[in-house]
Amino acid sequence: MGEFIIKMPDVGEGVAEAEIVEWLVKIGDPVREDMAVAAVMTDKATVEIPTPVSGTVVWLGGEIGDTIAVRSPLIRIETDGEDNGAAVPPPASVTTEEPKPEQAAPAEIPEKSSSPAPSTASPPPPRPATEMDKPLAAPSVRLLARDNGVDLRQIRGTGPAGRILREDVEQFLAQGMEVQPARQDLAKKTSKEEIKLIGLRRRIAEKMALSISRIPHITYVEEVDVTALEELRATMNGARKPDQPKLTLLPFLMRALVKAISIQPDVNAIFDDDAGMLTRFGAVHIGIATQTPSGLTVPVVRHAEARSIWDCATEMMRLAEAARAGTATRDELTGSTITISSLGALGGIVSTPVINHPEVAIVGVNKIATRPVWDGAQFVPRKMMNLSSSFDHRIIDGWDAATFVQQLRTLIEAPALIFIEG
Amino acid sequence: MKEIVCKLLVIGAGPGGYVCAIRAGQLGIDTVIVEASRPGGTCLTVGCIPSKALIHAAETLDATRQMANGKNTMGIRVEAPSIDLSGTIGWKDGIVDRLTGGVVGLLQKARVKIVSGRARFRDGKTVEVETETGQQIIRAETVVIATGSDPVELAALPFGGRVISSTEALSLRELPSKLIVVGGGYIGLELGTAFAKLGSEVTVVEATEQVLPIYDADLVKPVTRRLVERGIKVFTNAKAVGLSDKGDALVVEGSGGRQELPAEQILVAVGRRPRSVGSGLEDLDLDRSGPYLRIDDRCRTSMRGVYAIGDVTGEPMLAHRAMAQGEMVAEIVAGRKRAWDKRCIPSICFTDPEIVSAGLLPREARALGYEVKVGQFPFTANGRAMTMQGEDGFVRVVARADTNLVLGLQAVGSVVSELSAAFSMAIEMGARLEDIGGTIHAHPTRSEALQEAALKAMGHALHI
Repeated sequence: MGEFIIKMPDVGEGVAEAEIVEWLVKIGDPVREDMAVAAVMTDKATVEIPTPVSGTVVWLGGEIGDTIAVRSPLIRIETDGEDNGAAVPPPASVTTEEPKPEQAAPAEIPEKSSSPAPSTASPPPPRPATEMDKPLAAPSVRLLARDNGVDLRQIRGTGPAGRILREDVEQFLAQGMEVQPARQDLAKKTSKEEIKLIGLRRRIAEKMALSISRIPHITYVEEVDVTALEELRATMNGARKPDQPKLTLLPFLMRALVKAISIQPDVNAIFDDDAGMLTRFGAVHIGIATQTPSGLTVPVVRHAEARSIWDCATEMMRLAEAARAGTATRDELTGSTITISSLGALGGIVSTPVINHPEVAIVGVNKIATRPVWDGAQFVPRKMMNLSSSFDHRIIDGWDAATFVQQLRTLIEAPALIFIEG
Repeated sequence: MKEIVCKLLVIGAGPGGYVCAIRAGQLGIDTVIVEASRPGGTCLTVGCIPSKALIHAAETLDATRQMANGKNTMGIRVEAPSIDLSGTIGWKDGIVDRLTGGVVGLLQKARVKIVSGRARFRDGKTVEVETETGQQIIRAETVVIATGSDPVELAALPFGGRVISSTEALSLRELPSKLIVVGGGYIGLELGTAFAKLGSEVTVVEATEQVLPIYDADLVKPVTRRLVERGIKVFTNAKAVGLSDKGDALVVEGSGGRQELPAEQILVAVGRRPRSVGSGLEDLDLDRSGPYLRIDDRCRTSMRGVYAIGDVTGEPMLAHRAMAQGEMVAEIVAGRKRAWDKRCIPSICFTDPEIVSAGLLPREARALGYEVKVGQFPFTANGRAMTMQGEDGFVRVVARADTNLVLGLQAVGSVVSELSAAFSMAIEMGARLEDIGGTIHAHPTRSEALQEAALKAMGHALHI
C-alpha cells in the first residue's frame, strides 16, 4: 500500500494561503483519478482540487473554513500501487485515521508528482459558449431536472468528467425539500441554527468591517434628471447592431465617471493608510458590485478609459455572467480603482454605499422614477434618479465630493457631453 | 364552411410538423395539421427516403455490373445486367406511398385532424386554407410553423427544361447520358454518384476548393478518391455561368478559363432556402435571422403563441432536428417544461463511402479553445470491413485532453451511417474515452473501429 499526499496548490500569484470551503470527499471514501476532492478559495476565486491518483482517503488537512498555507498537506490518499507510495515512510498517524496535521510537516513529504496546481491555477482563456459547455448530463437526467424545475448549472456532478448523475439531482431535490419549512401555522418555533461563516460570506464580512472601521465615510446624495439619457439610450438600443449588447444605464455612468475622473483624479485612487500613501491611477478600473448566488462580488471592468460605451457594456455583461457562474478568475475580481454599486432595480431612494477598501470612492445608483418637476412655469414629468456616493473623508473633502458628484450630474443630464472629445 | 377552432394548429406535415402533431395528439391536445401536398414533406416525398432508394438501386446495379465485368474476387459470375429506370422509380414511389400512408395512419391514430390545402395566415392565430371543397378558416390558440424549405434556384440557371432540382432528379424515367451536377454538397454528390453508378456520365461543378466543404479534408478524401475511380469529373473553384447559346451545354468559368460542358440534364443542388415568405407569413412581421424565422431555445418566434420548427428556422436542415423540435414543442404546448438541450445533431452523407459526423470536428474543437486528443482507427485493420470489400475510411474520436470527455465522433466508410446512433448516444450521455474503450463492441463488426479509436486516443489501441 502506498500513500499519496496532495498539497495545497499554488492557486494564484502572490497567494500564500487558501481557505477550505468544501470537502468533496470524507475519510474512507474511495477516489478516482481526476476526481475533485476539495474546493479552496483565495480572495474571491474558488478552485477545485483534483486528485491525480486513485485510492482511499485516509486523512483530511482541516475543517471547512480552515486556512491552509500553500504547499502544506491538504489530503492523504492510500493507493493500491507500489509505484505511488513505495518511497513513502507512512507517518504514524495514518493508521489511526486521526487528523494530526502537525505530524505531516512539509519536509517529510516527498514530491510524488508535479503538483496538480498548474491545471487549476491558470484558468483557460474565455471562449464562446457552445453546446459542449452545457452541464454534462444524460438526456434522462436533463428531463428529471426540467420536470422538477432544477437548473443543472446549480448542481455539481459527481460522475466522471463532472457528469451530473440522476442521484445528484435527487439529492439536490431532497435538500431543497428540507429547506422548505413545513406548514405549521401559529406553532411555536424553538429551533436555532448556528451557521459558521465560511468562504465568500466570511470574506465579505471581513471586508465590510475593514472598510467601515478604517474609512471615515462621507455620503452625498444628489438627484439627477436622466430623461435625456434615457431617450438617448432607447435610440441607441433601437439602432444597435446584432452583435451589440442592450445598453443599460451603467455603461453611460462608467463613461461619465471616466470624464469626471479626468478632472478630479483624486477619487480614482487607493489609500494605503498604514504607509500613509495615496496611489492615483491613470487607468480607470471600475468595479461593478454584482450579486451572485453565493454573495456579493466585484468583477472589474479594466481600462474603462480605453473602452467605447458598447465595449463597456459587453465587458460588464461578460464579467457579471462569469461572476454569477463562479467562473470569474482572480484577476477579474481584483484591482479596481473605483466602484459602482447599483441597487436601482430593487427600488429605494437613497443608499449609503460602503467603500470598497482600499479605494476612496464608490458611486451608488438608485431607482429611476418619473416625478413631477417644476420647470419654472409648470410641473412637468421627468425621469429622476438619485446618485448616492460615498468618499473617504480623509482624502476627499466634502467640497470635492460634492464637486465630483455635480460634475457627474452635468454629464448625465446632458449625455452628449459624455461623448465629446477633450 | 364552418370554422374550425382548435388548441394547436401545425402548418406543414413534414417530419417536424407531423411528429409535433402526433405527440400533441398523444398528449390529448386538440390538434389540426394543414398540408398543401402529401404528408411526409421533403424528407419522405422528395428528399431523404427517395434518394436513399435510388442510391440503393444504383449500388445494387453497380455491384452486379462489377461481377459481370469479371472484376469480382468472390467467385460470383453473372450475365450482363441492365436497368429499367422506370421500374426503379416505380419501386421507389411504392416505398414513398407506404410511408406517407403510414404518416396519415399515425396522425389519425393520434386523433389529429388533417386539412389538405395551402394555408394562408390572416393573423397570428387564424389561417385560411384553400381546400378542394372551398375555403376553410381555422382558429387556434397556438400555431406551429413547419413550412420547410425549397431547393435554391440559380438566377443564371432557372429550373425548367434541362435544368432540374433534386425533386425532378428523383423522378427521372430515363437515364440521362450526360449529367452535370452544380454544387458539390451532400445532395449533389449523393445523387451524382447514384447516377454515375446507374450509367450516366457525371460531372460535378463546385464553387469552393473542396467538395463537401463543411467537413475536413481527411473525411472527404476517401469520397473524392472514389469519385475519381468512378470516372466522375470534379471541377472545383468553378462557377456555373449559364447555359450555352444552343442550350445543350453548361458554361463553366474556372481557373482554366471558360469552357462548355455538354449536358443532357443539369442538376442544380446548391442548397435549400426556407419557405419563410408567402402564405401571409410576411404580414405577421416575425423576427428573422437572415432568411430564417428567428426562434429561441423553446422554438418560440417573436409572436406569443407562434412557434417555428424545422428547415424554416435554419441550419442544419435535417429531418431529425425538425422531429426533435416538433416533439419538444408539442410537450411545451401541453404545459411541460422543455427547452432545447441537445449536445449534438448528427449528420450523414450517403456518398460512396458514407460520412457520418456528430459533435465537433478536430478543427472546430481546437477553434473553441479545447486542448484535444484525437484517435483515428482505419478500416484496413478491421476484419468485417475486409469481408465486405470496403476497407476505405476510418473512425475518429475527438476528446478533451484534460478529462477525456468525447467532444466529437466522425467516420468515413461503407455503411458507417449506422454508427450514427452510437456516436450521438456517446455524446449525449457525456461519455469519456474510457467509457467507449470499456464497452464491448461485438466482433466482427465495423463498430469495433469505434472502440479502437477511443483506445487509440488514450494511447493503447490493440489492433494497430
